[in-house]
Amino acid sequence: MLSLVESLRVLHEVRDNEVVVTAMGVAREWMALGSHPLDFNFVPSSMGQAPGLGLGIAMARPDRKVIVCNGDGSTLMNLGSLVTLTASAAKNLTLLIFDNGVYEVTGAQLTPASAESRPDGRRVDLAAVARASGFQSLYEFDEIDTWREQVRTVIDEPGPTCAVLKVAPIPGAVGPRSPGPAPERARAFAAALRG
Amino acid sequence: MFNGPQIVDLLSELGITHVVWVPDSTLGQWEAALAAAAEIQLVRVCREGETWAVAAGLHLGGARPLVIIQCTGLFESGDALRNAVHDYKLPLFAIVGYRSYLNQSTLPGDTCLVFTEPILDAWQLDYRLIDSPEKFSLIGEHYIACREAGKPGVALIAEGKA
Repeated sequence: MLSLVESLRVLHEVRDNEVVVTAMGVAREWMALGSHPLDFNFVPSSMGQAPGLGLGIAMARPDRKVIVCNGDGSTLMNLGSLVTLTASAAKNLTLLIFDNGVYEVTGAQLTPASAESRPDGRRVDLAAVARASGFQSLYEFDEIDTWREQVRTVIDEPGPTCAVLKVAPIPGAVGPRSPGPAPERARAFAAALRG
Repeated sequence: MFNGPQIVDLLSELGITHVVWVPDSTLGQWEAALAAAAEIQLVRVCREGETWAVAAGLHLGGARPLVIIQCTGLFESGDALRNAVHDYKLPLFAIVGYRSYLNQSTLPGDTCLVFTEPILDAWQLDYRLIDSPEKFSLIGEHYIACREAGKPGVALIAEGKA
């Protein structure tokens, strides 16, 4: 099992000039690592819509690599987005799913995909769902050294690419706080993207 | 009421770069023309909420997207559009199919007629009802007006059978 903070730190260390879209608990921890003009901290968000937002950016700007960092709860809320992403064939898009089995920002309630909430006690395999949704480039990580070794490959591989990272919930974690007025941040991000 | 080539000509004239859609039986008749349009990319998504998010990303990236969905999809996608057009103030534009407006023979008493316009009002979307072929030009006029004002908008296209 990975630490969310540590796994994001690894991404942060290798991040060059990619667009990074984050939502929910991932956004909270990503913002704590610093800021970048090409960060789109999707706070407030419409839960489940970060992959679509990232896809739109990737399609508008094929010259930019786009990394979407999503949670498992958000992914479950919009499973169809996995199919949308693969149908797009966006080569410049990487989706990272941080899977902790809970809705962390609302108090760590179980998702219906978690092992504890299922009659057979088996966690739904989001990597298998992604594979069945058409991802040809697919990774799974549950160990930090392997993630560190392969993170650049995951980002650089022609997409759409999906990686599922098994992370531990953070006890007592709260939702992300908006880093400022959303319209102004959107305008600044768009300007950075076009610059 | 309108055919695919008519719509493609209009969207090309308006400079639309991407159509993000979930079709219905009326709007879906435009698919062949949209897919064949060299200057427009058709983006097929799985559920209507996604259309707003994809369009938001396209807009941020400098493209000129258009959302096309049915009114039932408008009902489904409320939170996504709220986030894009109200939280982030993105001036997204949509063509929304108004199910059963012209003909209720398939779905007598279709409640789309009860809720569509109040829902558009609730989401504070400035819309124009296109309920006859003579109003075709209103789609483009409203789009341009919204674009120039930097605000979101909707062309509500009256449909026949579900």
